[in-house]
Amino acid sequence: MSTLPLWAEWSVAALLVLGGVFTVVGAIGLVRFDDFFMRLHAPTKATTLGVGGVLLASLAMSWMRGDFGVEELLITLFLFVTAPVSANLMAQAALHLRVRSKAPLPDDVPRD
Amino acid sequence: MNVLDAALDFAFGAVALAIALTAWRLLRGPTPADRVLAIDTLYINAVALVVLLGIRLGTDLLFEAALIVAMLGFISTVALARYLSRGDAVE
Repeated sequence: MSTLPLWAEWSVAALLVLGGVFTVVGAIGLVRFDDFFMRLHAPTKATTLGVGGVLLASLAMSWMRGDFGVEELLITLFLFVTAPVSANLMAQAALHLRVRSKAPLPDDVPRD
Repeated sequence: MNVLDAALDFAFGAVALAIALTAWRLLRGPTPADRVLAIDTLYINAVALVVLLGIRLGTDLLFEAALIVAMLGFISTVALARYLSRGDAVE
């Protein structure tokens, strides 16, 4: 692990830190936001940027070791394809359960 | 201790903190949709944790485990969401 050149080591470390920070940001949003539809938006950051950063770091490590990381690419592709699908299904489930939204109505919506 | 090990330690701590916060949301609710969303986030964090462990141990074996966790997590999220919206996971 210590055979990497210095710039490669620093860039992989930066990707890892970026991934960790965005994973925590997504979890904080999941805890702090007010209603379900706002909370639905927060963990997508953890998916795309958090896990994406960690997987990019892992891909870079594989390249340095001399083999092409097919598994990392597959995981990234799979997560990026399935994240919107699962978010859409969860939003449909919440609409079906009539989960209340705390967002105010826009002004031009006719009231009752 | 070089910078890569320090960054790996930081990432491990960050993902562990994220898992703790997500578990709080899973226990707290308040609606079933929130719990499904928390489970979805938990499996994504588990994928990140397994990939980090693969980087630290320097093996390629764990990436297949991460791929399986990702696939099963997506299928379970779909099943739970459809159970909530249709009352039945498999029609």
